Amino acid sequence: MDKFEKLTGIAAPMPMINIDTDMIIPKLFLKTIKRSGLGVNLFDEMRYDDDGNERPDFVLNKPQYRDAEILVAGDNFGCGSSREHAPWAIGDFGIRCIIAPSFADIFYNNCFKNGILPIALPQETVDLLMKDAGKGANARMDIDLEAQTITTSDGEVIRFEVDAFKKHCLLEGLDDIGLTLEKAATVDAFEAKASAERPWV
Amino acid sequence: MSAKTLYDKIWDAHLAHEAEDGTSLLYIDRHLVHEVTSPQAFEGLRMAGRKVRNPEKTIAVPDHNVPTTLDRANAATMTEDSRIQVEALDKNARDFGIHYYPVSDVRQGIVHIVGPEQGWTLPGMTVVCGDSHTATHGAFGSLAHGIGTSEVEHVLATQTLIQQKSKNMKVEITGKLRPGVTAKDITLSVIGETGTAGGTGYVIEYCGEAIRDLSMEGRMTVCNMAIEGGARAGLIAPDEKTFDYVKGRPHAPKGADWDKALAWWKTLHSDADAHWDKVITLRAEDIAPVVTWGTSPEDVLPITADVPAPGDFEGGKVDAVKRSLEYMGLTPGTPLSAVEIDTVFIGSCTNGRIEDLRAAAAILKGRKIKQGLRAMIVPGSGLVRAQAEEEGLADIFKDAGFEWRLAGCSMCLAMNPDQLSPGERCAATSNRNFEGRQGRGGRTHLMSPAMAAAAAITGKLTDVREMM
Ligand code: SF4
Repeated sequence: MDKFEKLTGIAAPMPMINIDTDMIIPKLFLKTIKRSGLGVNLFDEMRYDDDGNERPDFVLNKPQYRDAEILVAGDNFGCGSSREHAPWAIGDFGIRCIIAPSFADIFYNNCFKNGILPIALPQETVDLLMKDAGKGANARMDIDLEAQTITTSDGEVIRFEVDAFKKHCLLEGLDDIGLTLEKAATVDAFEAKASAERPWV
Repeated sequence: MSAKTLYDKIWDAHLAHEAEDGTSLLYIDRHLVHEVTSPQAFEGLRMAGRKVRNPEKTIAVPDHNVPTTLDRANAATMTEDSRIQVEALDKNARDFGIHYYPVSDVRQGIVHIVGPEQGWTLPGMTVVCGDSHTATHGAFGSLAHGIGTSEVEHVLATQTLIQQKSKNMKVEITGKLRPGVTAKDITLSVIGETGTAGGTGYVIEYCGEAIRDLSMEGRMTVCNMAIEGGARAGLIAPDEKTFDYVKGRPHAPKGADWDKALAWWKTLHSDADAHWDKVITLRAEDIAPVVTWGTSPEDVLPITADVPAPGDFEGGKVDAVKRSLEYMGLTPGTPLSAVEIDTVFIGSCTNGRIEDLRAAAAILKGRKIKQGLRAMIVPGSGLVRAQAEEEGLADIFKDAGFEWRLAGCSMCLAMNPDQLSPGERCAATSNRNFEGRQGRGGRTHLMSPAMAAAAAITGKLTDVREMM
């Protein structure tokens, strides 16, 4: 997995609530058996018209946001389907960090498995960052995972919280499966005990 | 020992390891797999030279992509990419030696219907699947939730999941439901009350007289949509109904194992003085037959209400409502019962079980659907379909003018050819009314099977109580 340490990039504002994973990547594009290549279809229905032409008013189609690496969005981001194609598409587009007042549970977890940092902050703070993002390409934000800070284009520093284990894995680019397999003996012992207690499982 | 909730008990029984920061390794009893969210996980295993740790606890069935038309044995009914995905699952199931129900098997169906039907889902288990509606299995008092593809790979390789414990939320439905009100109306009303993020960070336990009174099918409908309320999982404590449902199923315990299992299952309930982080109480008498009017499952109103206006809401919801009314083509103030529909879809893991089909048939018997309407019933599994044929329900549907399909997810998410066209308005028994969910530009109103059947007859959103 890609490491995530620091990021300085353009933030795109998407002030909508309940952005669901069907919007992020419509099911049409779930028929792939690969993880890569989904970026062109990120937000497909909002981004392109019925003939496949870009809608000029969609934020990621605007010249100043085409290279956005950060997304600032409304409450409950990533709700709906568990499809990991959503963070795959986001990552493939080049976005590495999403800031919102809250995230849906499965989506939030999926981000960390794909080198993407989701940051949940109080509504007022997100409003402030949304405004900053509205300034366009000149307004770059700095994200520092180690220090757990966001620095706005005006130099204001905002602290965020992140689970210590998830932070560690993201900083080091660690593979969860490898880490768990190191605990194989513990799992074996648990399994032996559990299957004695619950032999029907 | 301090008092525990049902969730606490199941959690504790499956905790294989806990780090100091609370990061836990949870042992997984059942892993369900379908074709859409698994190919990349199996590919990951192959690339790392890993095996499936417990193939005997892993069950796969294709459901999302498969056509539901009667000619589906013909490969030409599937698009190239769908076929590749289903074939990948065939191959992965074979290569890794996991239980498999191919499209040709009568037991094939929607993964969340097949699991309980075959007795794979049992009380007190941990059940996961790369699908958010895994919450369905919580109806058995099992801790069941959706996971992403990386986690699918993690469970395949290790039979565990890295988890943080959620908080406990109790949703109590007191009293008795009024006639015409169903499990679907309960679950939609709860989401209407809490909002789609109201359950975020929680595992919900549903309880109260109205929940106890529900059949297992109804309980599955309630738990199925726990995820739409943002919860990690929804649970209902097992009782005699649960045990009766489970007993004798192909993979349920037998003999001495049954007795031992039953003794444990009977301990699976929240202690009287257990701590709840959040409690919601609804009176069953206050719940009406409901429909959704917008593009979020929280956009719920009784069928007797009018389409709301953006100004009725606050904060970020004002813009969201504006957008969704435009998408849905609805004008504030219009009575919901005046909204005309083009299509009816009865099926999905929310409402594709035998009881749902019986409820629809009770309304459709001796009646015809509105002329020009497109209407389809898609049973949740091959076995549900067979039972409905045996009970004569299939004839009622066909006589009424419904298409009687083979099992699959179908128009719930429209990955197969069953899709809405732009602007097409559908009365659906599924679980999501998101923009484009049932096809690009399609407009979805969620409701119960009886309500969908009533809408099929009148061609409008309809109060089923007028037809009973
Ligand atoms: S029926 Fe719908 S919600 Fe259920 S598993 Fe299939 S696609 Fe998902």
